[in-house]
Amino acid sequence: MHIPDGYLSPVTCGVMYATSTPFWVVAVNRVRKVLTHRTVPVLALFSAFSFVLMMFNVPIPGGTTAHAVGATLLAIVLGPWAAVLGVSTALGIQALFLGAAGLLTLDANCFNMAIIMPLVGYFIYKVISSNSEATSPRRTLGAVIGSYLGIVAASAAAGIELGIQPALFHTANGTPLYAPYALGVALPAMLVAHLAVAGPIEAVVTGGVVAYLQRTHSSLIKADVLKKKEGKIWLLWGALGVAVLATPLGLLASGTAWGEWGIDELKNMGLGFIPQGMQKLAGWWPAPLPDYGFPRMGAVIGYILSAVLGVVLIAFLLWIIGRWLSRKNTTKREASFKGDSSD
Amino acid sequence: MKGDDFLTKNIDGFTHVLESIISTEDISRATGLLQSLDPRVKLVSFLLFIVTVSLVHSLPVLGGIFALIFVMSLASKISPSFFLKRVLIFVPIFTLVIAIPALFLTPGQPLVNLAGKVIITQQGALSASFLLLRVTDSLSLGVLLILTTPWSNILVALRWVRVPSIIVDIMGMTYRYMFLLLHSANSMFVARRSRVIGSFSGSENRRWLGRALATTMAKSQRLSEDVYLAMLSRGYQGEVRVLNEFSLKRRDFLWIAFSLVIIALLFWVSRL
Repeated sequence: MHIPDGYLSPVTCGVMYATSTPFWVVAVNRVRKVLTHRTVPVLALFSAFSFVLMMFNVPIPGGTTAHAVGATLLAIVLGPWAAVLGVSTALGIQALFLGAAGLLTLDANCFNMAIIMPLVGYFIYKVISSNSEATSPRRTLGAVIGSYLGIVAASAAAGIELGIQPALFHTANGTPLYAPYALGVALPAMLVAHLAVAGPIEAVVTGGVVAYLQRTHSSLIKADVLKKKEGKIWLLWGALGVAVLATPLGLLASGTAWGEWGIDELKNMGLGFIPQGMQKLAGWWPAPLPDYGFPRMGAVIGYILSAVLGVVLIAFLLWIIGRWLSRKNTTKREASFKGDSSD
Repeated sequence: MKGDDFLTKNIDGFTHVLESIISTEDISRATGLLQSLDPRVKLVSFLLFIVTVSLVHSLPVLGGIFALIFVMSLASKISPSFFLKRVLIFVPIFTLVIAIPALFLTPGQPLVNLAGKVIITQQGALSASFLLLRVTDSLSLGVLLILTTPWSNILVALRWVRVPSIIVDIMGMTYRYMFLLLHSANSMFVARRSRVIGSFSGSENRRWLGRALATTMAKSQRLSEDVYLAMLSRGYQGEVRVLNEFSLKRRDFLWIAFSLVIIALLFWVSRL
């Protein structure tokens, strides 16, 4: 997901820089307050770890390998704000030292992988695991789902940054000056790649590391050295709110999301026929909010409302799953405890 | 043998990074044109060059900039084959693959008509070339800056352009411990590689990788405690003090003048 120099216009890089800076300022202040003099050594070691983690080749089916980012993992162990700084530093060293990514696009890369990714991933992890035991399977599940959605959110951000380039920056005759693909191509391409390949890799690595830490170094999972109080979670809700308000950005894209075509759209796409099964199933599920909108309401408000509803539904579902998992866990522990006492 | 591939690939990757870091340090201490400049002047002028690359709208100018970068690398005693290998292989080839569909997908006047059906548009060809040249130019500028400046001097320059000192301190220490962790991760892979005769399934390899990563993570946590105590016992009070022995010389001012003239010239030519 590293965007090299040349893909984004300098204007976009400037905007990304302005967007990322407040996050870095908050992160520095917060981490300093908790760690005081420890800030430099602790963050340096974990940034070095983050750098090394990005170098690991993870085997994937088919005999090839890929890399993970590990931002959500760092957020789980260190807390979200320390992860923002740790991953930013690792990306900075990659750019300045290995010349692997761009210098001007460093802020865009940091925004996607060191800000969006750990914050979204940690938020989901927190919602699922809440205050469960350090060894609870809820934490493993939270790590898996959180890291998956974290990297997908980051890829969506990268897709949007790349996709707005041709519309905003082109010559008089329509030649795109930077990344050449419009939002309708760039965003689905990024999303599909991350939903199908990079997302599962991230989830397997994060889940695997968290599960092993639970067994051997459970103090790291609930160390709380850097996580002062859980009360600060309102900030994450705030970030989610911004994301919800930004959903009408999708209206900028022409056409339907890749793979989400309706039946009539499929016909127009030159398919020429409609798969029979699709036709049969088309009316089966009357979506409560067709096309993510409310009838007789502005498209923008409709989008925002749909996003809010979606977020609430997902949070509710995750909460139910979490409750169920933790209950299963406690009954198991109680049973084993009773077994011990009767012996 | 899948399992072998995975372990060997990781060992190769780690070794490659360590090797390139060492060769970078060697080149950055040679006595060439760019090595003799003040790191602050170099960082600022290279950032200006990269901004120029992203602003000019002319293919010949972008090509000319690459020629200029190549001459600068020669003047800095970097072997041309090493430099070209480093900047032309990975990222530009990757970008080429990305840019090819743009030839056909960008709407505009037809340029080449292949078999009557597939049409390469003028806009598509221009756009793909812009992307490729811009990526190559900015990448080679970045690589040239890194190759000719020792890491400690880059940190001095970052401090000077007002990057918050806490970030620079973290970067400096990260760099130091990155080697240690890379080395210890490498040893883990070598140890496993030397004990493995057959091969493991992908899922077993992933499980082992998770354990290796978790161990490295726990190691970094323990190390951070030790390092902190060691710093504390040496009088660390939350602030890193650095000696700044750099002063601008005549050649630095000449370099500034040269860069500004070149940049103005590039903008002027691209407007013709």
